[in-house]
Amino acid sequence: MSVLKNDLMPVRTANDIVVVRQHVRALAIELGFSLVDQTKMVTAASELARNTLAHGGGGTARIEVVAANARRGLKMTFEDRGKGIADLELAMRDGYSTGGGLGLGLSGTRRLMNEFELQSKPGEGTRVSATRWK
Amino acid sequence: MERIPILKMGEFLLVTIQVDMHDRLAMQLQDDLTDRISATGARGVLIDISALEMVDSFIGRMIANIAAMARILDAQTVVTGMQPAVAITLVELGLTLTGVRTALNVERGMTLLRSLLDEADGVAHDAIADREDADVGAEE
Ligand SMILES: Nc1ncnc2c1ncn2[C@@H]1O[C@H](COP(=O)(O)OP(=O)(O)OP(=O)(O)O)[C@@H](O)[C@H]1O
Ligand SMILES: [Mg+2]
Repeated sequence: MSVLKNDLMPVRTANDIVVVRQHVRALAIELGFSLVDQTKMVTAASELARNTLAHGGGGTARIEVVAANARRGLKMTFEDRGKGIADLELAMRDGYSTGGGLGLGLSGTRRLMNEFELQSKPGEGTRVSATRWK
Repeated sequence: MERIPILKMGEFLLVTIQVDMHDRLAMQLQDDLTDRISATGARGVLIDISALEMVDSFIGRMIANIAAMARILDAQTVVTGMQPAVAITLVELGLTLTGVRTALNVERGMTLLRSLLDEADGVAHDAIADREDADVGAEE
């Protein structure tokens, strides 16, 4: 997989979430994704960015245009050094939330994207990345 | 602080969401709407989201909260104009928006609100009538 474009953005405030969403939208349009696909990616970015802020205490978003097997895609990676997640399987379950949310952010994002990876260690932080191919 | 305007139209409150809302703005709208319903005694709330290009779990929860709060204050809520791409995404995300009524556009939303109100008032009448019947029954 090669990286054609790579942007690192802060996720420290509620407004940063909006900026990340808008950046993902612009890149998805540039890549020629359909309106439905754009909407799925923007929604996924919003969910993951909010998790980074609300559960991870803030961090970064890396938004990349990637290419593999003659296909291009959009990859988003959210990283924080917050409290981490003890039980990854539980966190991925529909409806599981420790913060009074709906518990749909992680599980829903996995459905909205083609590839999904969650890495986390309690006390060290969390990294989630998700890719959608054109 | 920036705020989303709430218009009053007769016994209804009308909100048109036109910006990509950050979380605090969404929370503010929820609070403002609750205040306005109780201050005005409005019976219906119409939220037009036709300009919204995305609804995530946070905004979805806000909409569901508004509807729940409105119900407690004896008002009905209708959400109008959800874009098809947004609806498809919401379903895949797993968000069902239970208890939230939707309509294609503002005009149909208004019609739906009116019929919901008639229905609600009708039910209230029936309930009173039932109780009167029951009282009569108890006396016998
Ligand atoms: N970056 C993170 N750092 C620490 N914990 C996290 C992080 N992301 C998710 N979690 C944990 O995983 C749980 C599930 O996350 P998910 O996004 O699915 O639901 P939620 O954020 O609680 O609610 P929703 O996203 O539906 O509003 C969270 O409640 C939290 O405990
Ligand atoms: Mg979440």
